[in-house]
Formats: sequence, structure tokens, C-alpha cells
Amino acid sequence: MISVFSNAGEWDASGSVSLESRYFWQDALYQGQGDGQEPSASFQPELRWESDDRRSKVSFVGFVRADEQDSERSHGDVRELYWAYEWDEWGMTLGINKVFWGVTESRHLVDVINQTDGVEDIDQEDKLGQPMLNLNTQREWGRIGLFVLPYFREATYAGDSGRFRGPLPVKADEARYQSGDEQNHVDLALRYSHYFGDLDIGVYWFEGTNREARFELSDEGQYLIPVYDQMSQQGLELQYTIDAWLWKLEAITRQTDADNFWAMVGGFEYTYYQIQASDADLGLLLEYLSDDRDQDITVAPYQNDVFVGTRLTLNDTQDTSVLVGASWDLENQSFGFNLEAERRIGENFSLELRMRTFSDVASDDALYAIRNDDYGQVRFSWFF
Amino acid sequence: MRKLINPIFWALTPLVALAILWSAALSAAVLSTAVSSDSPVDGETPVRGSTEAQRKGFEIAARSDRSDRGFKDNEVTLSMILRNAAGEESRRALVITTLEVPDENEGDKSLILFETPRDIEGTALLSHAKILDPDNQWLFLPSLKRVKRISSRNKSGPFVGSEFAFEDFTSVELNKYDYEYLREEACGELKCDVVVRYPRYENSGYTKQIVWIDQQYFQVRKIDFYNRRDALLKTLTLEGYLNYNGYWRAHTVRMVNHQTNKSTDLVYGEYKFNVGLKETDFVKGRLSRLR
Repeated sequence: MISVFSNAGEWDASGSVSLESRYFWQDALYQGQGDGQEPSASFQPELRWESDDRRSKVSFVGFVRADEQDSERSHGDVRELYWAYEWDEWGMTLGINKVFWGVTESRHLVDVINQTDGVEDIDQEDKLGQPMLNLNTQREWGRIGLFVLPYFREATYAGDSGRFRGPLPVKADEARYQSGDEQNHVDLALRYSHYFGDLDIGVYWFEGTNREARFELSDEGQYLIPVYDQMSQQGLELQYTIDAWLWKLEAITRQTDADNFWAMVGGFEYTYYQIQASDADLGLLLEYLSDDRDQDITVAPYQNDVFVGTRLTLNDTQDTSVLVGASWDLENQSFGFNLEAERRIGENFSLELRMRTFSDVASDDALYAIRNDDYGQVRFSWFF
Repeated sequence: MRKLINPIFWALTPLVALAILWSAALSAAVLSTAVSSDSPVDGETPVRGSTEAQRKGFEIAARSDRSDRGFKDNEVTLSMILRNAAGEESRRALVITTLEVPDENEGDKSLILFETPRDIEGTALLSHAKILDPDNQWLFLPSLKRVKRISSRNKSGPFVGSEFAFEDFTSVELNKYDYEYLREEACGELKCDVVVRYPRYENSGYTKQIVWIDQQYFQVRKIDFYNRRDALLKTLTLEGYLNYNGYWRAHTVRMVNHQTNKSTDLVYGEYKFNVGLKETDFVKGRLSRLR
């Protein structure tokens, strides 16, 4: 067993407190939405324990945010609350956890276990804790994981006064389901992952509730109701790492009663190390995105798009890094810009800057509803 | 277009299978050549070098390297103290676990886990060291729970902002270098052999390293690193050696950069040997179970 903490057998408490402010410099498009500053604060307590023999682990990660503008963004979640146990080549996790799959940067397409915490950010990287029984076996020929997911987490959506919504707000708590079991439908996933030389691979099969909702109009037509269908989904991820190149591919096919489609994102990241005889590295990213779904059923902004990005890593003691990216829709020329920068301050603080803008968004593009939601964000965090 | 959905996906499947078979065949080929090369004792390399000085240098390095043979695995907690030219400090706490791979044609496996700074707590770097090929490396990012295969071409880049380059921090393997004996010299209370070693692997930031190895315990006491312009760049000193059942480990290791006047100290805690680590503890699938 590998040691995780030198203080096995004891509880390890840590966490973070963040203060952030978003600034929207364009007027809100819809009645009730806030303008200008959107300050908020969040708290993430973490508690971990490992048994002396290191076979058992217990983890708790909580999360709460208080948002000044959007009551839906003021929310809490149990990100993790699990017991993990290991014996021989086997591992088991029982409880709430987060599982990430995937290799690409512009979109997290194959990542399917956890529901997106949509009010946190629009980059789909914040996830809600998923209750699960996960059984893994690690062999010389790879790793197989079985996931039994007994409870479905509903996505979070911006409220009436929040940005990043369409003309009609979504009433998340009135969700409808295709399955009579609703949230209690037991979802299943089976995954194989391994590496062969320079090639890393992951494949999976998922059966259960679609994490992406389609929407129906409420009876009075004043808001949207998310509808969660049943789906089968097969996913593939590949990365080929050679010299300073990372070649990446993610692909899925999804079958629902309403639509069968495939989607992919693939490309590369190439890194120039120690540019100009400095310690800094400069990475260039290019990814192509394709999504064949019927846009009348569920909406996705990546039908035929290109993402170009650059990542600057200073490799200094403060771990300063900047990622700048832009995506074009090749069919309607909609343009999105994205900047993420972060730097540690002292030993226990960090500063994070973020900016996203949307330009020339075509009226038939999925981003049209949020075309005025350009924003800049500053986040200051204390880690303890 | 809709009808193409599944065919495209399933067409990818044999491609993937082919890629796997191809990679497996490649590694099998590499393995068979490694085995067929005449190795006297389980992967022990015969003396390399065409001159007397080269053979002597290799023998001294080999004796030092082999003094560590059979340690199996170990685990240690250490503090990394980074100092800039003005003397300002920043600190990191790490746990390093290492699994010995006895064959000298293969490198050791290691896992570096960060405990502080708190904002990167839980970040882990898994390395499968190779001799002349690039290492296999995976990074675990705990906030996203994401495991990322990373390029290991970056051998001369700084490791987490320190004065140690990646190539200084990965395991030192006998066959990564060619050697040449220089002279004999006092080093503290001991007498040292001074050997120059030339990196054989690609993308090294060094033309050469001059290594002081003591004649009594065969341990490395000091290394001078010369950059690509053959100028003295850094000096590493290793002190506070302790013996754990026959295996020596330095506990105070300092790297000084002569060109920037920055330095990095590594202060090691007590080593634990025979922790019972297995090959399957050093696979990428394990990374997501660290937290």
C-alpha cells in the first residue's frame, strides 16, 4: 500500500476559503438578471483519515457558496464522503466521490460519472458528488472498474437573477424523468484503462440516466423544465505521448429514444520547454470538435469547431501559469475567448484570474443565449 | 449522416486494438533484445569504456551504484527549501516512495506526493525511469481528480520551481552515463575518487557532471554540473549519510546555482525500507486512489 499521509491513523483536516468577484460589462439580456459586479464567497472543508495498515481510507469534502446576486448559485454540496478499502489487486469505494475521465482541454466529452455543477462555472469542470459503489481491479494488463450509481444528481442552473441562462430560467427542482424510478434509477458503468508504451487508453460503457437534460416548457410557458432520459453511451479516450507532443482523442456515441449520435474532440498539445533560455514553458494547443447530435433535442455548442490555445508555465516558486484559448464555430463563425491565470501568494494563498468573452455569436448557436455574458473574475483563496 | 454514428465508433475499435498490439509487439521486441544482451548477473552491465580511464571511471560508478542493490523499496518524507538570491525562503513537503527495478537496463519506479504548499496538496508525480529512452510520467491533479500523462522530454527544466532539474530528481541509473576517471582527492575526512560522467540520454541540460565518490563507503559526496556551454552551473552536496541495514542515504542535500545564487535544500526524514510496495502500486490507475 502506498502511503498518502505520513500521519496514518490520524484525521487530517484541511480546506480552503475563497472570495471571488465576477464583473459583467455588458447589459443583461433578460428581465431580472443582475448587472455589473457579482461577489461571492465559498468554503471547502476537507477531512481525511487513513488506517495504520493503509488499506482503509475515509474522505469528506464539503462545499458551500454564498452568492450576492444569484440565489441558485448560493448552494452547498457534499463533494466527497466515502470509505475506500483495498486488498490484493482489488479496490472498493463506497459513498460519494468524484471520478474524472478524459484527456482533452477544450471539452470534457467522455467524462460522465459526475453531474456538472453548472452554477459554479461554464467550463464543466465543477462536479457534484456522485453516490457510488465502485469496484476496481488492477492487473498487469490494465485496470477494470465497475461503477454502480444508485442515485442521480440533478444539474444546477442559474436562477432568475443569474447570468449564463436563456430567456426562460430553468426550474431544476421540477425535473422530469423518462424512467419511472426517477432519481433512484441505478446507473451502471464499466471501464477499462491502461497504457501501452507511449499510448494511454480508456474505454467504457455507460447505461443509465443522461447527465445532459433536454428541456420542456412549463405549463404556463414561463420557465423550462429539465427532462432526463435514459441513455447508453460508449466512450473512448486515447493519448499518444511522444517527445514534446501529446496527441489526444476523445469520442463517444450515445443512444437515447430520441436521438443517436456521436461526438469527438481530438488534437494535440506541443510544448516548447525553457523558452528564451528562461525556466518558462510554452505550450500550443489545437483541438477539433465535432458533435453530430440533433440540436432540436439537446443543445451543444461544438458541432464543428476548432479550439486554439496557448499555455504559459513559468516554473517559478509561485507556480504561475496562464492558459489562453479561443474557439471558432466553423459553420457560423461564432467566437469564444477564454483566459485562466493563477499564481500562489506566500505559502497559503493563491490568486486566480479568469476572463471569458463571446463574439459574433450566430443566432442559431448554442451560445447565443449567453452572448452578453462576457465576464472577468478575480478569486483570492486561502488554503489551510 | 445519422446512420454513420455507430459504424464510425466501431471502426475506431479495431484501430485501437491494432495500436495496442503494435505497442505490445514493440515492447516485447525491446524486452527480448534487453534479455539477449549478455548480462553476467541479472542485468549487470559489463564494464564499458575504450580507455583505461573510462573503464576505471565506470567501475567506480558501478561499485557505487551497486552498493545500493537489493534495497527493494523505500519511503521518505522530506522538506524542500527554496531560497532566492535575496535569501527569501519557500517550502514544500513531499513524500517519495521508490520501488527498485533490479535490472540495470530498466530504471526504478517512483511516486512523489506533495503535502504542502496546501494549494497543491495531493498532487502526485508517478515516474517509470528509463535508461536512454524518455521516462514515462503521469501527473495527478487532485482538484479535478485528473490523471495526466505528461511529456518527459523536459529533462533540464526546473522541478517545481527548485534548482533541481527533472533529470537531477529522477533516479540515477548507472547506464545513463559514460564515465572517465579523473583523480583521487580528499573530501572532508574521507578520500574520494573523482569521476566525470557524460549523459548518454537525449535532451540533457548538461555536457558533463563531475562526481566525488568516497573510497570507503562508495557514496556520492558532491557533484558539479556543467551546462551546455560547458560552464559550471550548479553544485550538489550530499551530507548526513546514515546507514539503514547496509543501505546509505544522505539526509541533507543542497543544490547551489552559481549563476543565479539561488539554492534548494532537501532535508530528509527517516527512511522506511521494505514497506511492501508492489509493481501495481506504481501504475497510473493507482493515482486517483491516493486521495
